[in-house]
Amino acid sequence: MSKKFTKDHEWISLEGDLARIGITDYAQEQLGDVVFVELPEAGRQVEQGNDAAVVESVKAASEVYAPVSGEIVEPNVKLEDEPALVNQDPAEGGWFFTMKVSNPDELNDLMDEAAYADYVKELG
Amino acid sequence: MRYLPLTPTDRGAMLSRIGVNTIDDLFIDVPEAARLDGPINLPPHQSEMQVERDLFAMAAQNKTASTVPFFCGAGAYKHHVPASVDHIIQRSEFLTSYTPYQPEITQGTLQYLFEFQTQVCELTGMPVANASMYDGSTATGEAVLMAHRITRKKRAVISARLHPHYRGVIDNLSDMGGFDVASPADSVNGVEDLIALIDEDTSSVVVQYPDFFGNIMDYSTIAREVQSRGCLLIVVVPEIISLGLLKRPGDMGADIVTGEGQSLGNGLNFGGPYVGLFAAKEKYLRQMPGRLCGETVDADGKRGFVLTLSTREQHIRRDKATSNICTNSGLCSLAFTAHMTLLGGQGLRHLAALNHARAVHLADKLEGIAGVEVVTPAFFNEFAIRLPAPAEQIVEALAEKSVLGGVPVSRLMPDSDMDDVLLVAATEANTEADLEIYETALRDVLKGVSA
Amino acid sequence: MNEMTPMKQDRKQTFTGHQALILEEKLIFEIGSADKSGVDLEPVPEVNTRLGDCMAPAKPDLPGLSEPEALRHFVRLSQKNHSIDAGLYPLGSCTMKHNPRLNEKMARLPGFSDIHPLQPVSTVQGALELMDELAHWLKTLTNMPAVALSPKAGAHGELCGMMAIRAAIEARGELETRRRVLVPESAHGTNPATAALLGFKVDEIPANADGRVDLAAFKDKLGDDVAAIMLTNPNTCGLFERDIIEIADALHEAGGYFYCDGANFNAIVGRVRPGDLGIDAMHINLHKTFSTPHGGGGPGSGPTVLSDRLEAFAPLPYVVAGENGFDLIELEAQSANQPFGRMVAFHGQMGMFVRALSYMKSHGSDGLRQVAEDAVLNANYVLASLQDVMTAPFAGPCMHEALFDDGFLKGTGVETLDFAKAMIDEGYHPMTMYFPLVVHGAMLIEPTETESRDTLDLFIATLRDLVRSANAGETERFTNAPELAPRSRLDETRAARQPILRWQAAEETAQAAE
Repeated sequence: MSKKFTKDHEWISLEGDLARIGITDYAQEQLGDVVFVELPEAGRQVEQGNDAAVVESVKAASEVYAPVSGEIVEPNVKLEDEPALVNQDPAEGGWFFTMKVSNPDELNDLMDEAAYADYVKELG
Repeated sequence: MRYLPLTPTDRGAMLSRIGVNTIDDLFIDVPEAARLDGPINLPPHQSEMQVERDLFAMAAQNKTASTVPFFCGAGAYKHHVPASVDHIIQRSEFLTSYTPYQPEITQGTLQYLFEFQTQVCELTGMPVANASMYDGSTATGEAVLMAHRITRKKRAVISARLHPHYRGVIDNLSDMGGFDVASPADSVNGVEDLIALIDEDTSSVVVQYPDFFGNIMDYSTIAREVQSRGCLLIVVVPEIISLGLLKRPGDMGADIVTGEGQSLGNGLNFGGPYVGLFAAKEKYLRQMPGRLCGETVDADGKRGFVLTLSTREQHIRRDKATSNICTNSGLCSLAFTAHMTLLGGQGLRHLAALNHARAVHLADKLEGIAGVEVVTPAFFNEFAIRLPAPAEQIVEALAEKSVLGGVPVSRLMPDSDMDDVLLVAATEANTEADLEIYETALRDVLKGVSA
Repeated sequence: MNEMTPMKQDRKQTFTGHQALILEEKLIFEIGSADKSGVDLEPVPEVNTRLGDCMAPAKPDLPGLSEPEALRHFVRLSQKNHSIDAGLYPLGSCTMKHNPRLNEKMARLPGFSDIHPLQPVSTVQGALELMDELAHWLKTLTNMPAVALSPKAGAHGELCGMMAIRAAIEARGELETRRRVLVPESAHGTNPATAALLGFKVDEIPANADGRVDLAAFKDKLGDDVAAIMLTNPNTCGLFERDIIEIADALHEAGGYFYCDGANFNAIVGRVRPGDLGIDAMHINLHKTFSTPHGGGGPGSGPTVLSDRLEAFAPLPYVVAGENGFDLIELEAQSANQPFGRMVAFHGQMGMFVRALSYMKSHGSDGLRQVAEDAVLNANYVLASLQDVMTAPFAGPCMHEALFDDGFLKGTGVETLDFAKAMIDEGYHPMTMYFPLVVHGAMLIEPTETESRDTLDLFIATLRDLVRSANAGETERFTNAPELAPRSRLDETRAARQPILRWQAAEETAQAAE
């Protein structure tokens, strides 16, 4: 499955029944240098649109929302020592957490790559 | 008017450039119903001399600590502040500068804040400290809220020997924020059973060191018990000079240490401004309220300091902030840093030993008076005595003899059945002669009482 | 490189690292030592100690310095700070006005500074009288019946006002239903933080094109679940909320309370009374409007005036005047009202009360009115003198502060941040940047009334030159700035990623790293 995107600039990538979530290049650029990431613990239940993580830069702190509902499987603990990964490689190595998707239909609410690109362009 | 540089000529020219006729034209958005035609009914401007006259008259009515034998404590202590401290805090660049948000031109402030943080860490035995809070009581309130956030629980167990005002602050925050508090029933002596009150919804246990009655206790065992139950131990230190001589709360295992720094560098000032101390374990750093100053380098590789981890604060996190705090105690923390620097660790220990010696001498003398009982077994520079009559009455009688003999417990704890208990503090500011005057005065007053 | 571009200074290197009067200074831990002290203490008499088993094994591991060394250390540090005494500090919403020295002299009178908060009330009548007189001035200037003096800072005063409102709602039995607090998008971050602390849900009100609260949108949001609005007036864009009385009326009709953030009171003191606008609670920053010094970040003082709908809930303690003099109500049992509790130990920032009252008496009623007029005049003068070269998002007149956005910098390669840093080299503290959040790259300039026309003229000319420079493509003047300050731009990312929050001896740091 190709990546899907939210209006809050999260991306989600499905690998079997496991989903991987991160933030987009646009988001990391807006934030500036990331200094700290607060990750959810494994086992936590999240609902679509609720806070799942926090990403802090020097000038801002942003909530990272769960794009879909489900259970957190693994937080990317590498980000704890190297928050800069989020800036350097937001699309791959800078992933935030993986989760089990409880309701795959929720993915239909999200944008595909092209739609997201248009959305960002409009933000100016 | 001496504080206003603009002249009528200036004003006229400026109005012209702006393109309006009168100053009223610039207040055009004020609803007519709220416009005031003339000055409000308050006295008109006064010269310096006139203002001085008025304020001298008010000041003259107050009995000052330096002019009479003075023994009041209960969270605010009379100590000698070296002359250079007051001079340092009046330097223009410290007195009239702003929060160091532009670090390139505020390295003075930032460097002393870094020094302050280090001093607080070393005194309390904790790895991180913030750049100060308003005072000890609000710092303690914030510590409780922080413990709730960390543990995601809503209840705090508070020692009955915590300063009643500090307790009031916690009660108020808890009441308003939807949290709970619990305390054991207590008397002046005996060991409180705080552990028995811990339940699954408890985030923290709060104790004071030395406690409100002056009693010193090692909290190491309590720390272990509290932590084994998944809670945080918060230790409150209202007399920072005690840490010159006493075992550090950090070494006892405290999770958070809050305190009042007034004793170093800052005078009594009728209750404010004071300086709140806040220190915690490293793992709780990101949940700490208040400002933090950190070390870094500039573009030329030179060491410098900046406010850091500000994203916890209200101006960025807004409704998700760790607290709504916007200021620290600035100048009061500078006074603390300067005084601590002048003392050095050795000097602080010496000063603390002097305080304790005075208090012991005083306790010895007062114990010798019939009807007077020293009820605090181990103390630093403040202890509680039981009197044969209401303490408030005794204090008034002593005041008439020009002795400010201490703080009656009933002034802060009215329903505690301790109307006869008086808190007495002695510091390096007391002379041996003061102690003798106190002893004599108290004997006299008590004679009148039992008659 | 353009001929007009100044050559980048290559500063002379010195042996000491000092640069004439600009002196480098290490940390006390690097220059002090355990056996130095600047305080002489009497010998400790022999006593049988009564410390229990809690005596520390060793002295605190902190260095001392002799008096001359300590003084030199702190004086050298002070030289690295900008200050109002030295130059303009045009920080919007901070009111960086002159700090009169009479204030300092009065605050240091032993009769005010050397008294204990808990000594018998009969021995501090003069202190209580001062607090009572300060309260009178604050109530009269705002036309409000009550004031809580104990809050220790502006944000604390805000908390006080909102706590009083919450107490009032609870007394009406509506705490379960009224959970929503309306806050404009342009509000300072303390507003939503305070509301959230008290368990309220924050609901943002949009601004209209005019920079003010959108009245229709506001009315739409009213309901019987609204607890309060938190409004700043003049608002954070420096504009007076024209519809404020209508807002107050509509809000009161819906059963809500009106909290006003008084940070910008300097614009209207003596000319408008918040009580006449329908406000229920407003905190006042004594360290802004009433000239008590900012002290590098504090101490502040935030007394909060309260309307008759809230006065019964004012917190403990408070001063009452009686036939036999003044008394302090410190306990609920002593109070005839329903105080919501206690916010702080003791009675408030007495040191700041003395300073503020000294200032109020100096200016008097006529002088304070002139303060607001000159503050507003100065800000409008700056706005009028710059609006042809900088972009002001809202048409004037403004109140005591002028707002610009970064529109005028578009295409120059210079951001608001760089523009501000270039001001440092010119001898100015930058204005408030990136606040309010409702405009892009905000620059908020508040000169205050204690700046002369000459000072403003030079400031205006400097900004005009900076704009010219940006438009001429002289980006180095901005992106390299500041070049002449004691430090160049500091690495804030590094400070946050690898926090070093205290000094440690090299061996300790190495051990910790293992």
